[in-house]
Amino acid sequence: MPIFIDRRLNPKDKSLGNRQRFLRRAREELKRSIRDQIRTGRIADVDAEHAVPMPETGTAEPSFNNAWNSGKRQHILPGNKHFSPGDLIPKPGGGAGASSPGNTASEDDFRFVLSREEVLDLFFEDLELPDMVKLNLKEILAFKPRRAGFAATGSPTNINVGRTMRNSHGRRIALRRPKQEELDAILREIATFEEVPSSAATRQRIAALREELDRLERRRRRIAYVDPVDIRFNRFDPRPVPNANAVMFCLMDVSGSMGEREKDLAKRFFVLLHLFLKRRYDRIEIVFIRHTHLAQEVDEETFFYNTQSGGTVVSTALEEMHRIIDERYPVHEWNIYAAQASDGDNFAGDSERCIALLNDKLMRLCQYFAYVEIIDEREAHIFGTTENGTSLWRAYSAIDERWPNFQMSRIATPADIYPVFRQLFGRQPASLKRA
Amino acid sequence: MARQASKSSLLFSGSDWDFKTLSRAFDAIEALAVEELHLDTYPVQMEIISSQQMLDAYSSVGMPLMYRHWSFGKHFLHQDLLYRKGGRGLAYELVINSNPCIVYLMEENTMALQALVTAHAALGHNHFFKNNQLFKQWTDAGAILSYLDFAKGYIVRCEERHGLAAVEAVLDSAHALMDQGVFRYHRPPRLSSERQREGLRERLEYEERTYNDLWRTLPPSQQGANDKGPDPERKKSLNLPEENLLYFLEKNSQVLKPWQREIVRIVRVIAQYFYPQRQTQVMNEGCATFVHYTLMNMLFDRGQISEGAMLEILRNHSNVIFQPAFDDPRFSGINPYALGLDMMQDIQRISTKPTAEDRDWFPDIAGHGNWREILLDAWADHRDESFIRQYLSPALIRKWRFFVLGDTADQPHCQVTSIHDERGYDKIRAALANSYDLGAKRPDIQVVDVDLLGDRHLRLQHKVNHGILLEDTSRDATLRHIRRLWGYDVSLAAVDAETGATLHERSTSQIAE
Repeated sequence: MPIFIDRRLNPKDKSLGNRQRFLRRAREELKRSIRDQIRTGRIADVDAEHAVPMPETGTAEPSFNNAWNSGKRQHILPGNKHFSPGDLIPKPGGGAGASSPGNTASEDDFRFVLSREEVLDLFFEDLELPDMVKLNLKEILAFKPRRAGFAATGSPTNINVGRTMRNSHGRRIALRRPKQEELDAILREIATFEEVPSSAATRQRIAALREELDRLERRRRRIAYVDPVDIRFNRFDPRPVPNANAVMFCLMDVSGSMGEREKDLAKRFFVLLHLFLKRRYDRIEIVFIRHTHLAQEVDEETFFYNTQSGGTVVSTALEEMHRIIDERYPVHEWNIYAAQASDGDNFAGDSERCIALLNDKLMRLCQYFAYVEIIDEREAHIFGTTENGTSLWRAYSAIDERWPNFQMSRIATPADIYPVFRQLFGRQPASLKRA
Repeated sequence: MARQASKSSLLFSGSDWDFKTLSRAFDAIEALAVEELHLDTYPVQMEIISSQQMLDAYSSVGMPLMYRHWSFGKHFLHQDLLYRKGGRGLAYELVINSNPCIVYLMEENTMALQALVTAHAALGHNHFFKNNQLFKQWTDAGAILSYLDFAKGYIVRCEERHGLAAVEAVLDSAHALMDQGVFRYHRPPRLSSERQREGLRERLEYEERTYNDLWRTLPPSQQGANDKGPDPERKKSLNLPEENLLYFLEKNSQVLKPWQREIVRIVRVIAQYFYPQRQTQVMNEGCATFVHYTLMNMLFDRGQISEGAMLEILRNHSNVIFQPAFDDPRFSGINPYALGLDMMQDIQRISTKPTAEDRDWFPDIAGHGNWREILLDAWADHRDESFIRQYLSPALIRKWRFFVLGDTADQPHCQVTSIHDERGYDKIRAALANSYDLGAKRPDIQVVDVDLLGDRHLRLQHKVNHGILLEDTSRDATLRHIRRLWGYDVSLAAVDAETGATLHERSTSQIAE
């Protein structure tokens, strides 16, 4: 009778640690191959598993091996059908033996699948929400008291009785404060002497004892039971609590002027942004605002997948955003970020209103505002790096100059999205240059 | 009535298994194995695992406990891919040479398969592990699990103290030398017991505590440099030449810290543990296959296995021993299960029904009658190479239609040198035996010289047999690993085994990092 052990319920993924070690080792190469895959046009697919080729560098396991193209060797094979001794058989291909392992593909030549989590991890490495950390430290608004040892001063409610009594006890011992028992003993002695008939000797003795009692009592009065120097207070240090509440506003133009291509590019940008935010910050709220000539707050699903038609009044979206901030996201509690995507078209005269809105209100509230303009591929050559462009671009250029926390960029093809994204959210926003 | 009786004597019916049935089947099979085949086994511990866990076990070289290393993760990905694509089925079982003998059974197996696997692994492999000379001498079945436990814990502690990267670097280098990290010809030292290891750790800690950096700054002794002992004496004091590179580096490297030395030792001990398994593939699998085939047939004859179950068992059995011919696209070398089983059944045949030819070739065993005894002896005494050299019969060579192909690298043709005829039998047998001789197949690389008082240049020698050189890229990479463990320059000279002429020499100073 053997011993049976049922291991089926044991934790699986015993080799997960090995897998993580392997991925870390091949990190750079895996990152490159994922970015290449995504650059070739399937940004919405980021959020999925990816098959990647086995990296070449860093994962080789060398050992001393015989070279298959040297020396003399013998192969013993089964299944001879018509060979006789002395027959010559031409070698296949590169000169290795008929069935030598040299012909078979190397074990390292295969593709394997990375999970969604691993892909996102590799993909978004080095990206950071701009200014998040810095502004948090600057705008610490919440403090939480924390115990931090003891203090000699403080408010009476914070007295630490234990500490205080310990000090008091020590001081009483050190200064030899007479104890109650000593006084009682002297009083008892006086009483015994007073009971017996008085004589000169006893009177003298009683006088001496009274004097001693008097001295002790005076001493007791001088040395307090609890002295102000004994008193200790619980000390509390105000510790700053990082205010990591963040809200991201996604603004998108869904009007008729935005063609399928433009909407698609904008959506891809936001999908990327959305994934990135979800990944990087546990506590972040995302508000989706889409606008035509009217702006409305919508849920994620509607934002990405529903269509609408109408004119274009950009300022409505900004107003909606301002209204929502006022209503739900008080500036002293929230870090506010915004990203806007548009084709640059705007209702005549509305751009000035946008400038005013941003300058006077929103830019003061926002930590960071990114504007992405979707342009035609042909336009990309014309506008490339110039400051000219659509009415909105020109209007925003003015804001860009004035506010360091405003960034703008143009996207013409799917391939641009990732570089632009990296540029907008790269780790050092200060050193960024605009395309 | 008879029908009733035969039905109740069935060990199991249907394809579902439970622990009671498994246990009953094991008891019946074990009793039969002891009674009919005289097998002698370690106690068995059967563990039921899922397919995912089986993959996990594959990638950590089949051991239940293993330290963590990225290469295991890589192997896991590869195995996982093959499995998912259906390119390779998973083994039904995995067996570990330990005492008690651990057998993993897959939960997906049907009851018929579980019975087959029990006979194969829990008895066949188990008997082989316990009785084969190589395993008895070179591995310590009772100590391996506790040693692996120690190794895993030790490496975790090293990772905590010295960082993942540092530990990984040592493991990478040691892994590169695993093939050169075994004693081929003299017995390895026993695995140290718990207490000895404890003592070793204390000693290392003491050395670390009392380490004084000042000693390093002492000027080198002039005397030592001057009376450079003659070469032979120096080599003798270092026990050179030494074939076990890991052992040499562990004992003599000047740059390894105590914990690095211990890691090198762990890798070496594990390499040594697996060395007998690599030399006994054909025998080990042949023994297990022979045992399961014989026992299952006996059970069937006694009416303890139903026809349906037997059909399933036979189907799996013939999958396992499938051997395509060399020109078949499925051909991937000689199937050790098939060759082992065929040779053992051939021994059975020779001893019971010998032909005149058999009497000629095997006068000792032909007509001997007691095939059990002959097989038990063969299982105990041989490894693949010697087993084939001794027992491969002309009848089997004809059955397999073996032929030998001579392959000289610089010629455009291969030449058929021997086929299954009177003149070829001996040559085929010798060639096949040689092809299982690990000692001859692996590159023969030894430490030949080092001047510890001088420049500490480590000199290795590769004895080139039949002009077979080393593959350049992996050789350079491996030399780099040796240099990392040795700390000073390392060079490898290729020397022709017959003429003694140096073919070429490669030093780490020539290799860019």
